[in-house]
Amino acid sequence: MSVEGTERTVRCLVAKVGLDGHDRGAHVIARAFRDAGFEVVYSGLHRAPEDIVQAAVQEDVDVLGISILSGAHNTLVPKVIEGLEEYGAFEDTLILVGGIVPDDDVKELKELGVAEVFGPGTPMKETIEFVRNNVPERE
Amino acid sequence: MNGRDANWGANSTRGRAASHDRAVELRDRDAELLEELLAGSHRALARVITKIEERTPGYRGIVSTLYDHAGDAAVIGVTGAPGAGKSTLVDKLAAAYRERGDTVGVVAVDPSSPYTGGAVLGDRIRMASNVGDMDVFFRSMSARGQLGGLSTATADAVTALDAFGKDVVMIETVGAGQSEVDVVRTADTVAVLVQPESGDDVQTLKAGILEIGDVFVVNKADMDGAERTLAELEEMVHRREGPTAGLDAGHHGVGVPNDPNDDGSEGEEDDERDASVDDAVDAWTPAVLATVAETGDGIDELIGAFDAHGEFLRESGELSETRRRRYAEEIRTLVRADVGALASEAIERRGGIEALAARVEHKEADPYGLAAEIVDPIAACLEDLEPGDT
Repeated sequence: MSVEGTERTVRCLVAKVGLDGHDRGAHVIARAFRDAGFEVVYSGLHRAPEDIVQAAVQEDVDVLGISILSGAHNTLVPKVIEGLEEYGAFEDTLILVGGIVPDDDVKELKELGVAEVFGPGTPMKETIEFVRNNVPERE
Repeated sequence: MNGRDANWGANSTRGRAASHDRAVELRDRDAELLEELLAGSHRALARVITKIEERTPGYRGIVSTLYDHAGDAAVIGVTGAPGAGKSTLVDKLAAAYRERGDTVGVVAVDPSSPYTGGAVLGDRIRMASNVGDMDVFFRSMSARGQLGGLSTATADAVTALDAFGKDVVMIETVGAGQSEVDVVRTADTVAVLVQPESGDDVQTLKAGILEIGDVFVVNKADMDGAERTLAELEEMVHRREGPTAGLDAGHHGVGVPNDPNDDGSEGEEDDERDASVDDAVDAWTPAVLATVAETGDGIDELIGAFDAHGEFLRESGELSETRRRRYAEEIRTLVRADVGALASEAIERRGGIEALAARVEHKEADPYGLAAEIVDPIAACLEDLEPGDT
């Protein structure tokens, strides 16, 4: 609850999954989310899908932003989603993917349950707006 | 989210929601959630902690019920200046506890931005030794601007982890400011981390955080100045024992935390125990230890010190005293918050604080008179109660 308590605090996990070591983008996103009033948990680099699942479940986040620049999204994202399903956390987690993803793959990821894929150069405002408008409702 | 906005509004204008907020009845849906938590569902545990953190209406019913299942975990607070290595140390401690078969819960409290309410909770990055191990339940909490509520929220989250069945629950927080001190005081055993070559810090520590330390840890002990910092801490710890400590024949060796009661045991047969010496005999002499969290050096000794302190608490009867003190503080905090909410409601009924302030400005009233106007009816209700009425 924020000081004024008018809005529920949105909790996000910004996750770096896989082998690529570029987390500048993830840092920028984390800071922008914070400035938007979200609570951001940052996973650190080189996480395995099961680490991401553990963090997302334990931190009870509303939003899971996965940053993948290695091109391995087609193998890594399904594993994360499977893990979330196993813990009953898939339904009410908004899953976003950031990185360079070909159009065909975007379609596939969305079919799996990814809410949106944000490519390079997406204005931060757009991402934040998307989160605000699509955060899953909770009872 | 929209569906919950109604609740949020109610929560913020404390007046309107006060009567609902105080309800300790367990709601049906929450009962289900609790059952799942007690059955071992991580998701349910995580959701319960969110409800505690958010003060979601009904959370009191949840926490009330959790109390029935809690009380078995060893609760350890870890505090220290930023950069002292708390997160890394907690990570290594968690791994060491896991190694001996204990399950672990961690609540890491991070300061949040006072401007936006947002926060980057970064402690999780350091939990490298325990990623993928679901039996380490790590939860980041932000120090949201709650009215003295941070320590209550933390204590409630610890209760949830305890009820879930965690053997050890660690609370990690920056040791700056009263609210953080309050947080760490909800632990049974408190470890204060100090950096080497921080002579000034030791001075500052004396100002308050020192009193709360059961164990002092010089982390990064491979750095220059560690010896000196250790010596300073040991000297300080001895001085803290107070003037009666000298009456105690043997001196508890600092750094030998395993037998805190050693020399006291002989005194127990003596009748002079009811004198003021009592305090000295039964007192715990804080352990001073060196660790290098990065490499894991000193971690086992540190856990030994925690165990020794836990044993001391149980055997000396301090544990129930510590917990009673904590419960007393919790009751006080809750009552203050609730009475404060009632007062806010009374203010709203009189047109709100702005209107009242305007009356003072126009010389129609004064702050004392207005305060009396608001509080007198509450006081009158209390006076009307017969003793024993509830």
